[in-house]
Amino acid sequence: MTRIPLSALIGLAITAAYFLAAIFAPLIAPYGFADVVGGVWDPSSAKFLLGTDSIGRDLLSRMIYGGRTTIAIATAATVLSFTTGSILGFTAAVIGGWVDQVLSRTVDLLMSIPSLIFALVVLSVMPVTVVTLILVMGLLDSTRVFRLARAVAVDITVMDFVEAARLRGEGRMWIIFREILPNALSPLVAEMGMRFIFQVLLLSTLSFLGLGVQPPMADWGGIVKSNKDGIVYGIPAALYPAIAIALLAISVNLVADWVLTRTSSLKGGRGG
Amino acid sequence: MADLILDIRNLKIEATAYPPGEPPQDIVIVDGVSLTLEKGKVLGLIGESGAGKSTIGLSAMSYGRGGVRLTGGEVRLGGQEIRAAGPRALRAIRGDRVTYVAQSAAAAFNPAKRLMDQVIETSLQHGLSTRAEAEKRAVMLFAKLGLPNPESFGNRYPHQVSGGQLQRAMTAMALCPKPDLVIFDEPTTALDVTTQIDVLAAIKEAIRDTGVAALYITHDLAVVAQVSDDILVLRHGKMVEKGSADQIINAPREAYTKALVSVRQIEHPAKPATSPVVLSVDHVTARYRGTHFDVLKDVTVELRQGQTLAVVGESGSGKSTLARVITGLLPPRSGRIRFDGRDLTPAFANRTRDDLRELQMIYQMADVAMNPRHTVGTIIGRPLEFYFGLKGEGKRRRVQELLDEIEMGKGFIDRYPAELSGGQKQRVCIARALAAKPKLIICDEVTSALDPLVADGILKLLLNLQKVEGVAYLFITHDLATVKAIADSIAVMYRGEVVRYGTKTEVLAPPFDDYTDLLLSSVPEMRLGWLEEVIAHRRMEAAGN
Repeated sequence: MTRIPLSALIGLAITAAYFLAAIFAPLIAPYGFADVVGGVWDPSSAKFLLGTDSIGRDLLSRMIYGGRTTIAIATAATVLSFTTGSILGFTAAVIGGWVDQVLSRTVDLLMSIPSLIFALVVLSVMPVTVVTLILVMGLLDSTRVFRLARAVAVDITVMDFVEAARLRGEGRMWIIFREILPNALSPLVAEMGMRFIFQVLLLSTLSFLGLGVQPPMADWGGIVKSNKDGIVYGIPAALYPAIAIALLAISVNLVADWVLTRTSSLKGGRGG
Repeated sequence: MADLILDIRNLKIEATAYPPGEPPQDIVIVDGVSLTLEKGKVLGLIGESGAGKSTIGLSAMSYGRGGVRLTGGEVRLGGQEIRAAGPRALRAIRGDRVTYVAQSAAAAFNPAKRLMDQVIETSLQHGLSTRAEAEKRAVMLFAKLGLPNPESFGNRYPHQVSGGQLQRAMTAMALCPKPDLVIFDEPTTALDVTTQIDVLAAIKEAIRDTGVAALYITHDLAVVAQVSDDILVLRHGKMVEKGSADQIINAPREAYTKALVSVRQIEHPAKPATSPVVLSVDHVTARYRGTHFDVLKDVTVELRQGQTLAVVGESGSGKSTLARVITGLLPPRSGRIRFDGRDLTPAFANRTRDDLRELQMIYQMADVAMNPRHTVGTIIGRPLEFYFGLKGEGKRRRVQELLDEIEMGKGFIDRYPAELSGGQKQRVCIARALAAKPKLIICDEVTSALDPLVADGILKLLLNLQKVEGVAYLFITHDLATVKAIADSIAVMYRGEVVRYGTKTEVLAPPFDDYTDLLLSSVPEMRLGWLEEVIAHRRMEAAGN
């Protein structure tokens, strides 16, 4: 913890700014997210820093509230995918045998279907609420986490200290949470940053296609959708969400990179 | 001084360490080492891990492995200074005038190419000879190194020959370009003792017949005494003592050298077989799932309370499998195991908690036997909590008692395994086993990954603990010196069978069966001329005497 590289510091700072803006959105945003306060696609001015959108709502306020929705849903989906994915992955690795086979083949089956198509099909037959969005996004992504968690855990379960714990008579809970999890944490945390960004992208895509966050709630994909026609007339409104997503993706990845390089080997590094 | 091949003066070698979470720092690996080597002579470099012996060996071809830098002093090869030579000059030297024999032959050969192509590759690369000449020399070297069918040996692929043969093929590879100097880096360490002796004899003969100079790097003083003219003892990158092999072995001057020479001399008279039997393995046969042969065949042994049964054998003899069967990791196909007067359930998952508690295990690699994210306190404390329900202050006090028992003081309880030395790690593993108050501890090669002096300390500790706690050991090892030091009874295993079994005095006294004789006579002894005696003895026997 003594020295954090500059790139990671920048990443941490920007990521933190995003999350703070999301949490305190009502305090920061100059207007309400649904209030029509100006004309259609007003250019940026002192009154409207980023201008207004296709029906005259303040774009900055919608960006901030949109960030809140996007980040909240993506975070919840990431947490869901990591808890289910890693617990199932560890279980498959620890128990092995047919349990592993059933879980792994099910995951293979799910992964063979493109996740966007799968999400579209499920969301088009189910009522689109925030909860269903989180569930669908989280469970779909948990297949990828399952793969990683299982691979990491398979490497750890063959180590002598896990065998020693088994011979001691320890139960599965101890082996999974006390022997394997602490050693698998670093790669999982690094992966978590990547998965979070993919969740942001998936949610934005779904909203753009009209199956994600429903109006009048704001989210980045929805802002692109409602302002995309402006691009033809030189109105930059649809570009702001893209910039916001790109910046968040880069900064989260800077942090994830640092977490990954900090990962010491299982032997705990070379000491010194 | 015309035939001075290698002249290293005041060598200093540094590397950059990257401790986790701290800024990188330069550390000195080798400091102020000087040595000379004449044509036709062999210099042994000996020391524990971290002594810098391999690093010095590689410096003879001006090479630093993994970011290691040769920062000071001189390395003269045949009068030419090469420490600071450029890549082009070094390319001309390496493989031509200096060659290298690595520890793991299996990893050093390209599995996709025939041996002959690899053995003669450097000679052709350097344009030293034509293909036909190089092949002729390779066949000559194969014959000299005692490889079977030297004419056709080179047509084989690396996986088609044994480990000992592969190591000899690598020696042929090193000798083929007629170098001035060959660096042998632990060439026999990865081999079984019975194989080691043949390879050692072959290397020695080849060195003598080709008249090259050689640096022989090893951690085993008894081995180096057989092949070297002079020996250089190293510790922590500094020279401890330099002298002729005779002087180092018979009249060491420095305390550290004396300790190295007198290692493996623990006296341990066998205890009488009076105490009750704690473990009896009764006609056990076992095989791994999905295979079609038995790794254990009808094994029967007994172990008495407070005593040590040593199970000896080479790799593949089934000794570790025996441990897996007893612990219940591999249920046997037939036979039964009785422990403390009761039948043990074959699979460990169905055993009672007391069965599990009373039968503990210590592993070869201490650093993977402990969870790197747990502190010493958690590692030793968990069995206390799990079996005896100790918590909080009571648990911590008991952990400290156990740490005292393994001769580790205060301040270790909150450390992580990465912050311990190899010997300390193994001690913590011993404490974890003791915490369960076991009746039997299975020790699987517990000293073979350790340096000799550290291993000695562990053996003494185990003997003391046995006196105090009355625990029995099933001691699995390939090292007969360890067996002599610790065993009360011995089982010699060969290809899954117990070929000889009895008290220590019975097993180690003639008449021997063929295999035990081979095994016993292959253990290097700490005296000059041992290798020649054994080889001469074997040739006589082969001739029908």
